[in-house]
Amino acid sequence: MPLLEIFRLTHRFAGLCAVSDFNFSIEPHELVGVIGPNGAGKTTVFNLITGVYKASEGSIKLNDRELVGLTPHQITRSGIARTFQNIRIFKELSVLDNVRIAHYGQIAYTPAEALLHIGRFRAEEKRITNLSLDLLAIFKLDDSANEKAKNLPYGLQRRLEIARALATRPALLLLDEPAAGMNPNEIIQLMEFIRWIRQTFSVTIILIEHQMRLVMGICERLVVLDFGATIAAGLPSEIQKNPKVMEAYLGVEVAS
Amino acid sequence: MTKLSAAYFALLKHWQTLTGYKYFWPVFLIAGLAFCAAASASEFLDLYLQLILIYVGINIILTVSLNLINGYMGEFSVGHAGFMAVGAYVASLLTVHVFPPGAVNILFPLAILAGGVGAALIGFLVAIPSFKTRGDYLAIVTLAFCMIVKSVLENIDAVGGPRGLLGMEKLTTLPWVFFWTVLSVWVIRNLVYSNFGRGVLSIREDEIASDLMSVNTRQVKIIAFVVSSFFAGIAGGLFAHALQFINPRMFDILKSTDILIMVYLGGIASISGSIIGAVIYTILLEILRPLGIWRMVLMPLMLVLLMIYRPRGIMGLREARLFIPLRDLVTEKLWRQKKKEAPDASA
Repeated sequence: MPLLEIFRLTHRFAGLCAVSDFNFSIEPHELVGVIGPNGAGKTTVFNLITGVYKASEGSIKLNDRELVGLTPHQITRSGIARTFQNIRIFKELSVLDNVRIAHYGQIAYTPAEALLHIGRFRAEEKRITNLSLDLLAIFKLDDSANEKAKNLPYGLQRRLEIARALATRPALLLLDEPAAGMNPNEIIQLMEFIRWIRQTFSVTIILIEHQMRLVMGICERLVVLDFGATIAAGLPSEIQKNPKVMEAYLGVEVAS
Repeated sequence: MTKLSAAYFALLKHWQTLTGYKYFWPVFLIAGLAFCAAASASEFLDLYLQLILIYVGINIILTVSLNLINGYMGEFSVGHAGFMAVGAYVASLLTVHVFPPGAVNILFPLAILAGGVGAALIGFLVAIPSFKTRGDYLAIVTLAFCMIVKSVLENIDAVGGPRGLLGMEKLTTLPWVFFWTVLSVWVIRNLVYSNFGRGVLSIREDEIASDLMSVNTRQVKIIAFVVSSFFAGIAGGLFAHALQFINPRMFDILKSTDILIMVYLGGIASISGSIIGAVIYTILLEILRPLGIWRMVLMPLMLVLLMIYRPRGIMGLREARLFIPLRDLVTEKLWRQKKKEAPDASA
């Protein structure tokens, strides 16, 4: 059974069709890349899956549960976490708090217990803090746990964002251009890192990317979007030779 | 100027050494309560000074509670005086018309509590537009709310209409103000250093990201608005029974502005800042009273200078260690130690 199944997803912004008739499915433990030229609708698809936008038509099912109509935090709690194209960590907060916030849905005390610091409060806070510190240690961010997130170097901010997403305990991780702003050397490291994340946290990953080197290197399957519609899908080696894809990326004349 | 800033940093440093002193809070609470009780019983402080201290306490409650919305959550609410009005009227109606005159003294805390609950209910309603609107637009909504409260009160004859309500006994004594101030600071501090408080902070940083990180932003906003307006209502009840007279004009936008000034003077997202802001503003207003109308020129001028030289207020986005729960301080200390032991371990 597929983990995520998207059926005839369509989304319009005041007449402009950003995503049209998009079909997609992903099995557990797959690593699939979504590529396409700028403005093809890749990030819109992520925003639709995570509930930032409400789909105009179509359905999105996670483990056979309909997601269209749920709020973003409900979708996150049902097992989808994401990162952002331009990093959106909580800049003024500490690295530790960034990760602790992502545990929001897993905390078992009520507002009344929080206001008076009684009951389950202490035990739960301790548990969440330890979980967060462990996660930070796995990502080698523990030395900066009390640093403000904005003071981290760019690469570590990206890493923190992934750690924060994993703190919500997702089954499906959506990475939106994780290689943005990285040099070729860093991209090779990132490839290893993404493989490692999939192993360690046993998550399914969908990856949006511009860097062909990265997608070709790690993705098991690719979907190519242009003007909000799928123009090709298949193995990376097939996609590389697909004339339609070359046309979308390079223009008609070069391709022919 | 350099001398002043040196003193400022010396004070900060001194504050940090104080926090190592674990008996500070128990001693402060007992001594504070004893002082307040003695002052109100034996009148070694004259009534005028007592009244100023009462206003300081009320303003601390107002400032800390508004800071929850404007500082920690990063919204801009200008309706705080409206919540205060609800609390003031509910509490006053109870003590004047409902409670038996003989038992008013004993039932006073109940009246104050009822004022807080009344304001909290209204705060719940105001939280709803905050789901959809943010920033300037929410400011307009809260402004409208403040105007609605004022005109509703002006048009109900049962509460005196525009003439206002009187007949309250002077029930707000220094020990009661001390108690409610400590309670409100403690509860709001607790909220800030909890899961829900972190949710409030994350809404300020990035609301969409916060929702996507499993934070139930609606729940967080409701909690923040309800708690904030509850304490505004408490402050309103205390205010009404300190002044023994209220009318709707006291709770207009200008009153909200006063509270806003104290919040931004002390610094956003800081409980210690709010306390400092409320104390400085209230006392300065009294000290400058002899200047007459010039006071209203000098105070805004100070604000302008403050915003230019310290745009985040005195304690903006920082917290005195006294208010940080020990647990968080200990984690911080642990990491500092670890860093010292292995300085080259940072990746």
